[in-house]
Amino acid sequence: MKPLSDTDTLPAPELEEPAVNPVVGIDQSAGNFTYDIKYDFDAGTGLSEKTIDYISAVKKEAPWIRDFRHEALKKFLAMPMPTHWATKDLENINFDKIRYYLAQGQKPKRTWDEVPDDIKKTFERLGIPEQERKYLAGVEAQFDSEAAYSNIKEAVAKQGVIFVNSTEGLREHPEIFRKFFGKVIPTSDNKFAALNSAVFSGGSFIYVPKGVKVSHPLQAYFRINAENFGQFERTLIIADEGSEVVYMEGCTAPKFSTATLHSAVVELVALKGAKIQYITVQNWANNVFNLVTKRGLAHEEAEIKWIDCNIGSRLTMKYPGVVLKGRKARGEVISIALANDGQHQDTGAKMIHAADETTSNVVSKSISVGQGRATYRGQVHIPKRLKGCKNNTECDALLINTNSRTDTYPAITVRGDRNATQHEASVSKVNEEMIFYMQQRGLTEGQAMSLAVNGFINDLARQFPMEYSVELKRLIDLEMEGSVG
Amino acid sequence: MSASTLSSTPATVGAFTPEAFAAHLASLPPLPAWWLDRKRAAYERFASLPMPKRTDESWRFSNIATLTLDGFALPAPTASSHHAPIGIQKSAKLVFANNRLSTREPLAADLAARGVIVDSLQNALVRHGDLVREHLLAQPQRLGSAKFAALHEAFLADGAFVYVPKGVEVELPVGLFSYAAGANTAVFPHTLVVAAENSRVTVVEYFGSAEDHDAHFACGANDLYAGHGAQIVYVGKQDWSESTLSFQLNSTVVRRDARVQSLNLHLGARQARSESLSQLQAPGAFSEMLALTVAHDAQEFDQRTLQIHQAPNTKSDLLYKNALRDKAKTIFSGLIIVDPDAQQTDAYQSNRNLMLSDDAEANALPGLEIQANDVRCTHGATTSRIDREQEFYLQSRGIDRAAADELITFGFFEDVLNRLASDELHTALRNLIQSKFKK
Repeated sequence: MKPLSDTDTLPAPELEEPAVNPVVGIDQSAGNFTYDIKYDFDAGTGLSEKTIDYISAVKKEAPWIRDFRHEALKKFLAMPMPTHWATKDLENINFDKIRYYLAQGQKPKRTWDEVPDDIKKTFERLGIPEQERKYLAGVEAQFDSEAAYSNIKEAVAKQGVIFVNSTEGLREHPEIFRKFFGKVIPTSDNKFAALNSAVFSGGSFIYVPKGVKVSHPLQAYFRINAENFGQFERTLIIADEGSEVVYMEGCTAPKFSTATLHSAVVELVALKGAKIQYITVQNWANNVFNLVTKRGLAHEEAEIKWIDCNIGSRLTMKYPGVVLKGRKARGEVISIALANDGQHQDTGAKMIHAADETTSNVVSKSISVGQGRATYRGQVHIPKRLKGCKNNTECDALLINTNSRTDTYPAITVRGDRNATQHEASVSKVNEEMIFYMQQRGLTEGQAMSLAVNGFINDLARQFPMEYSVELKRLIDLEMEGSVG
Repeated sequence: MSASTLSSTPATVGAFTPEAFAAHLASLPPLPAWWLDRKRAAYERFASLPMPKRTDESWRFSNIATLTLDGFALPAPTASSHHAPIGIQKSAKLVFANNRLSTREPLAADLAARGVIVDSLQNALVRHGDLVREHLLAQPQRLGSAKFAALHEAFLADGAFVYVPKGVEVELPVGLFSYAAGANTAVFPHTLVVAAENSRVTVVEYFGSAEDHDAHFACGANDLYAGHGAQIVYVGKQDWSESTLSFQLNSTVVRRDARVQSLNLHLGARQARSESLSQLQAPGAFSEMLALTVAHDAQEFDQRTLQIHQAPNTKSDLLYKNALRDKAKTIFSGLIIVDPDAQQTDAYQSNRNLMLSDDAEANALPGLEIQANDVRCTHGATTSRIDREQEFYLQSRGIDRAAADELITFGFFEDVLNRLASDELHTALRNLIQSKFKK
C-alpha cells in the first residue's frame, strides 16, 4: 500500500457503468469507452459512516471535520429528494452505485488511437492544445500544467494569496477558512449540499489578503492534477476587505467522465469593499447529473459576480446566489445555458437582499436545441424594513427546433414600498428573415443559424475571458450543425 | 358508498361533514341521476384530499394556517335579500342569496324568443340537462385547489346559467348577484356561460355580503365556454366582507376564432384565493385575462393563473395589477403552457404591483413552459412604489396621503379599465373601487 496522500488524487472514472460519449450531438455508439483501472484507494460503492471515516482517514483530517462530515451524512439521509418542484429525473440517481471517493494511482489504459474520431474532431475544431486533448479524452490521467502556469502561481503567492485544495486549506490554514467553511451554504441547505458536505474532496480554497488585487485570474483548470475536477469538490474563496479576485473553473472542451453524479459546493465571501468574479464553463458528458450549490456572501459595498455557462451534462441544477448582507452590496449572475437532445439545463439565480441599498442583476440566456430543455428558476427576496433595494432580472430563451422546450419559474418577494424589482422574460425562435438574408448572402442554413445564435448570446459571451468566448463560439457552431436541415 | 359511511378526520372536512352533505342533498329538489352521482363522487374526493401543505408548489407563499374549514354552516334560505344595484343597464338579472335564487328580472321577450336563456342552474338541470352536463365543472383543476373545487361541486345548490344560441348578440350585460347573509354562512356561487357559434354576450357578476362584519366561507366557481367565433365579456366583482375566506375557481374554454375577455376585481375577503384557467383549444382563439386588486389592512389575495395554448395560432394576454396598502399581501403565480404543436402562439403575462405601504408584501411567480419554437411569449413582473416626483407633486398641491394613494391607484389601474368597451361598466367599477378607499 502506498502512503496516503490526497494532493495527487484525481477523480477517475467509475467502473459500474459503461461510459457514454461526452460530446452532445455526436453518435453515441462511437464513444462507448470502457476503463480498466485498479484503484489503490477506493472507498467502494455506496455511502455509509464507514465511507466517511475512510475519506477522513485518508485525508488525515482534524476531528471537527470528521464530525462535520458525519453530521452532514445524517442530514443527507434524512432529507427528501426535492422532486416536488424539481424534475423526476433525479429519482434515477442510484446513490448505492456511486463511488464517493477514489484516491491516487489511477491510470486509464487507453491510447490516443482508441479515442473515437468524432471526439478528436471536436477537439480539433475547438482548438484544444495537443496535451490537453489527451487529458480530456482520458488518455492521460494527468495534464501537467505546472510548468506552463507556475509563473502565475508564483506571482499570486508573492501577493500573499493562499491558493490550495480543500484538504490543505482546512489542515494548514484553519484559522482563516474554518470561520467561513459551511457558513454561506449550511449543510442542511439542500440534500445535495449535505451530500457534498459528507464526502467532499478537491476544489480550491483561496484567501486574498486585504487590499490585494490578484494580478491573474486563478484557474482550477491549471491545477487539474490537484483533483479540481472532482465529483464532490468544495470551494471556498475569501476576499478580504478591498481585495479583488477572478476565479475560473471548467473549460469549454467536452469533459469526459464516467462518474454519473457531480455535486459541488462553492462558497464565496466578499468582505467590505471586496470584489469576486467567479466564472464557470460546464461541459460534462451528457450522462452526468450535475447538482451544484453556489452562493456568495457580500458584505458592505462588496460585489460578487457569477458568470455561469452550462453546455454539458444530462441534468444540471444550479442556481448561483448572492446574499447581500452589507449596505450597498451588489450581486450579479450572468448565465448562458445550451440544452441539446437528452439534456436538461435547470439553472437560474437567487438574490437575497438583507441590507439597505443593495442591488442585484440577473441576465440569463438559454438556447434549446433538438429536444433539449432549458429551465430558468429564480428567486429574489427583499424582506421587511429595507430601503433602496433594487433587482433587475432578464431571461431570454431561444428555441431552435419545433420540439425544443423552455421553462421559466421566477419567484419574487418584495416587502415594503421603498424597493423596486423588475423581471422580464421572453421566448422566441430565430428570426426567419434574418436566416433568409444570410442564406441569400451565401451562408448555409447551419452557418446562418450559428451566427444568429452567437448573436443572441454575444453581449453575455463578451463578458467571458477571451479564450473562453472563442471556444464557446466554436462550440455553438458545432451544436448548430446538426440542428438544421 | 353513501355519504354517511365516509370516514374522514375533522381536519380535512371541517364543518363539511358527511352529515352536512346528507342534509344538503336532502334540501335540494330531485336531481338528475348523473348530477347526484357527480356530487357524491365530488364529496368523496373532497373528504379524501388533504388540505394544502406548506411544501405544495401551488401554495407557495400562501398562508396555509388560516385555511380552516371549521365553524361554517350551510345557511337556511334567507327571505330578506339585501341587494345593492351596481348602476348599469341589464338585459336580465338573477339575484342569489345564501345559495338560493331570491329575485330575478327576466329577459326581454325578443331575446327569449331567439333562444337566449338566463336561468337558475336548478331549472337548467331539468330543462337543459345536456348543455349543463357538457359544460358544468367539466374542465380540469390544475392550479392547486382540487379539494375546494370538489367541495364546491358537492355543495353547489344553485347558480346562474346563461346560454346564447348561434349568431345571437345580447347587447346589454346580464347581471348576476350572489350574496351571503348571516354569520359563518357558507356559500357556493356558480356561473355557467355557454356562448354558441358567433354569439355575443357580456356577463357582470357581483359577490357581496349582506353585513360587512359577518364572516363567510365563499367557495365559488365559474365556467365560460366560447364556441366558434363567439365573444364573451365577463366582469367579476368580488366584494365579500373582509372577514370572509374566499375561493373563486374560474375556467375559460375558447374555441376557434372565439374571444373571451375577463376582468376580475378583487376587493373583499380576509383571504381570497382565485384560480383562473384559460384553455385556447382551436386556432384563432383569444383569451384576455385582466385583474385589479386593492389590498388593505391584513388582507391576502392569492391569485393563480394558467394559460394553456393547445392549438396553433392562439393568443392570450394577461395583465394583473395589485395595489397594496397597510399590511396587505398579494401573490401572483401565473403560468403559460404552450403545447408541443401550438406553433404561432402569442402569449403575454404581466403582473404589476404598486406598493403603497412599507408593511405590504408582494410575491410574483410568473412562469413559462414552452414546448413549441415558433412562438412569441413574454412575461414580466414589476414591484415598486410610485414615482417620487409624482408623490412630491401631489403633496405640493396639498393632497394628503390617503387621497394621493387613491389617485395614484386609479392612475395605475386606468389602462386595465380602459380595456373595457363599455363606459358604463368602466364607471361602475371605478365607483366600486372608490368605495373601498372610503372604508
